[in-house]
Amino acid sequence: MSYLEYSVKHVPSGLGKIFHLNWALILLVTTVACIGFLMLYSVAGGSLDPWSSAQIKRFALGFVLMIVVALVPIWYWRSVSVAAYLVGLSLLMAVEYVGAVGMGAQRWIDLGVIRLQPSELMKIALVMALAAYYDWLPAAQKSRPLWVILPVILILAPVYLVLAQPDLGTAILLVTVGGLMMFLAGVHWAYFGAVIAAGAGLVTVVVQSRGTPWQLLADYQYRRIDTFIDPSTDPLGAGYHITQSKIALGSGGWTGRGFMQGTQSQLNFLPEKHTDFIFTTLAEELGFLGGASLLALYSLIILFCVLSALAQRDRFSSLLTLGVAVNFFLYFAVNMSMVMGLAPVVGVPLPLVSYGGSAMLVLLIGFGLVQSAHVHRPR
Amino acid sequence: MRRPARDNAESHRQINRRALILGGAQVGFLGLLGLRMRHLQVEQADQFRLLADENRIKIRLIPPARGQIYDRHGSVIAENVPSYRIMLDGEEAGDVDAVIARLSKIITLDPDEVARAHEEMRRSRIHPVTIADRVTWEELSRVAVNAPALPGVRPEVGLSRRYPQHEDYAHIVGYVGPVSDRDLERIKAPDQLLLIPRFQIGKVGLEQRREDLLRGKAGTRRVEQNAAGRVMRELDRREGEPGKNLQLTTDSDLQEYVKARLKGESAAAVVLDTETGDILACGSTPSFDPNLFVRGISVSDYKSLLENKYRPLPNKAVQGIYPPGSTFKMVVLLAALEDGQVTPSDTVYCPGHLEVSGRRFHCWKRVGHGNVDLQRSIRESCDVFFYEMALRVGIEKITAMAQRLGLGVEHDLPMTGVAQGLMPTKDWKRATRGEDWVIGDSVNSAIGQGYVLASPLHLAIMTARIATGRSVSPRLIKSVDGVETEPGTGEDLGLNPNHLREVRRAMHAVSNNRRGTAYRSRIVEESYRMAGKTGTSQVRNITAAERARGVSRNEDLPWERRDHALFVNYAPSDAPRIAVAVVVEHGGGGSTAAAPIARDITLQALHGGTPPLEAYPSSQRGRIRTLQERLERERREREDANAGDRA
Repeated sequence: MSYLEYSVKHVPSGLGKIFHLNWALILLVTTVACIGFLMLYSVAGGSLDPWSSAQIKRFALGFVLMIVVALVPIWYWRSVSVAAYLVGLSLLMAVEYVGAVGMGAQRWIDLGVIRLQPSELMKIALVMALAAYYDWLPAAQKSRPLWVILPVILILAPVYLVLAQPDLGTAILLVTVGGLMMFLAGVHWAYFGAVIAAGAGLVTVVVQSRGTPWQLLADYQYRRIDTFIDPSTDPLGAGYHITQSKIALGSGGWTGRGFMQGTQSQLNFLPEKHTDFIFTTLAEELGFLGGASLLALYSLIILFCVLSALAQRDRFSSLLTLGVAVNFFLYFAVNMSMVMGLAPVVGVPLPLVSYGGSAMLVLLIGFGLVQSAHVHRPR
Repeated sequence: MRRPARDNAESHRQINRRALILGGAQVGFLGLLGLRMRHLQVEQADQFRLLADENRIKIRLIPPARGQIYDRHGSVIAENVPSYRIMLDGEEAGDVDAVIARLSKIITLDPDEVARAHEEMRRSRIHPVTIADRVTWEELSRVAVNAPALPGVRPEVGLSRRYPQHEDYAHIVGYVGPVSDRDLERIKAPDQLLLIPRFQIGKVGLEQRREDLLRGKAGTRRVEQNAAGRVMRELDRREGEPGKNLQLTTDSDLQEYVKARLKGESAAAVVLDTETGDILACGSTPSFDPNLFVRGISVSDYKSLLENKYRPLPNKAVQGIYPPGSTFKMVVLLAALEDGQVTPSDTVYCPGHLEVSGRRFHCWKRVGHGNVDLQRSIRESCDVFFYEMALRVGIEKITAMAQRLGLGVEHDLPMTGVAQGLMPTKDWKRATRGEDWVIGDSVNSAIGQGYVLASPLHLAIMTARIATGRSVSPRLIKSVDGVETEPGTGEDLGLNPNHLREVRRAMHAVSNNRRGTAYRSRIVEESYRMAGKTGTSQVRNITAAERARGVSRNEDLPWERRDHALFVNYAPSDAPRIAVAVVVEHGGGGSTAAAPIARDITLQALHGGTPPLEAYPSSQRGRIRTLQERLERERREREDANAGDRA
């Protein structure tokens, strides 16, 4: 059933929509963001500057944006999906030419007010595009090879551009989000089996290509993989991040060392403590209870999204909601795996908590879309 | 576009189905994350807590204060003074060059030091480096006032060694310097302290020999530091043990006088307390300022010290070994007396030379002394008498007597390079030269030439032993942290008192008999009369060619070929308190070059200050007054210079 087919009479209109927002979800998102403010306050040594205050402003901006997006009917967003995808793709290409060089990789465009990371924007655009695609595609066609190749191209085009930056973490996230969208849409199992087999093959090739003229990844990416497999090989170099991160987490214990009392973060042993490694600060200072609580909050956000998706009657809304949820899940799953030493250090922020504008904005826009679908669902 | 409702419902069920599958997988993964978190935070918490503490808690050593050194009256010889330096933390500074540029406007920076700091910073930006060492208090305050404009710049206070008596104790005490790589190689199990950058250890002299007492033990403090290595706070501290304070047996006023009196010569003098063996003074000239070495001596200063032909660096009083010349004659005489080869009434005829196995050995007095008895042999230093004695006694017994009197023996003193000297034996010559001992060697040894070698310290000990009849041994350290050390009074030597009395009487005559070789350098003050012996030792023989050219006087020879002048004495001669030995390198005759110095030192020591002119023979008083006035003037100039230096 497409949204055109159900009676829009029952859908709320005007400012009355505000009462039909998923307020539980909004509350959860805000709570997590507040935890983020607190942790940024702590890692700055008990100061709002330089991170916490900026993060609060961004969240406020994002929050307004989320509500605005939520109030716009979902069918409008469906109609601009393709355009959003194309804009995202163009921005990614633009990064190649006008992107500022930061952290050794070209990842953002400086718009003056905000440094925009097109790869972040692409995550939502891709979800929108795939949701629109499967909404448009008759269900019977979805496993036909031709109709499988098209979304694969939609996924791989931005992935290629992101890899060129090079940003392995985002590339992996994009591929995974895209793949899971296809999986949710109901593409036949056999394709995934084949891709997984091919992926295993690719990993072998990537590993084998190391040191040859056609080496597929940058040296630093190989080193990160090495140190992930055995951090002790390089305890002061690349392995330093993982080792120090595990020490911080582990020394937290059940209840943590106390807010602003974490020696690992307060004495700067933690790398990137305000961005990718902020979870370690939280786990060190608030302990297992704090870490598990955050995990629970994240789980609840996913749960509310999935429940909202199950209540949808059209494919676009379902897939979009699930896609945003999957995207969100991947953020914190990869980030936590990374800081706990379960995954290599790939540079994925902890959603809503890590310091950073693009990710925060994009996540809130994503939740705005989920809200829009929720508000405009059939009744 | 309308679609069959069935198609829609079917595809929707599929989406929901898959959403649940995916949700299940997500729940599974969340569970995995939770378990992992539990594993790290609960099961391994203790281990990681330990690692976190290891990260942040560092143990720092607290360098102990080095033991101070005083003289017998408590005046300071070596002390620790605060030394200020400016450190630069590259990480904190950020733009290092800008900070250094700003710093150089406030204080003068040494370009070498800056270059070294840059080099050290390249190696590691974590540790602060020294950007200016030994800055003044004023400069330090200027940096402190400007601190806000100088990120990463930190003033530090440490202790540094200072030798307030400058040149006077350079040879005895030596100096300290920063630990070098060579020092570390030499020491098998180095103290952790030595690894502290620029930690000072004794390099030469007493500072080096008694490093064990002076260094002390390091304290520790546990500090919390951040990842950049900066100390955030101190957790606890355990104080170390400061080095032990050493009191020396020396008298600084006498030591200063000795140095001043020897000035201008390449000379050495030792003053011993005959009762305890205490070294009252031990001077070697020229000297140097040990403070230069503590600061790090400049290449040009060091080169000028090395190239000085008077060799300022070695301590000639204990390291320099010389043929003792006629000062050795007491040894030969005692050996002959103890062996029964001569009696006080025996005489030997001196025609001016002695023929031994076809070789002619001259007496210093060409025309000969005629009949010479024991008393006269010493008083007038007749060589032929002693040639005869050597022939009668033999080298082995002479050497044995020399060793009993402390010659040819290495005395255990905490100074650098205390020489053993040399008292030859037949076996020694065979072993080292591969030649047999010939009778001529014994004859040469009899007048302290040939292979016989002794340091001024040896000669002073010998004199003290003759004066007391006991085996007096030298002592430099009087007390350690207030605990008195064993004095070197020594046991009775077991020599026949009558023999000793004869020798002492002869030595008294040397200085007090009108015909004595040192009569001109006598003391007229009755209670301070001295008993001595002159010595003039040849560096080489005057060749026949030179004699033909008319070179027979020392003054005609270049400095380095002139004879060494020696004098030994004890005083007062009736109740000995001190023994003195003076060697003036290439000074000429012992009676003219060494004896006056020895007399002045003796009087200074016995009076405990400038002696009255009445102690000197009336004809010499004018000259002595001039000398005393010059020394006093120089002393005041030195004092002023040192006072200026201190400020």
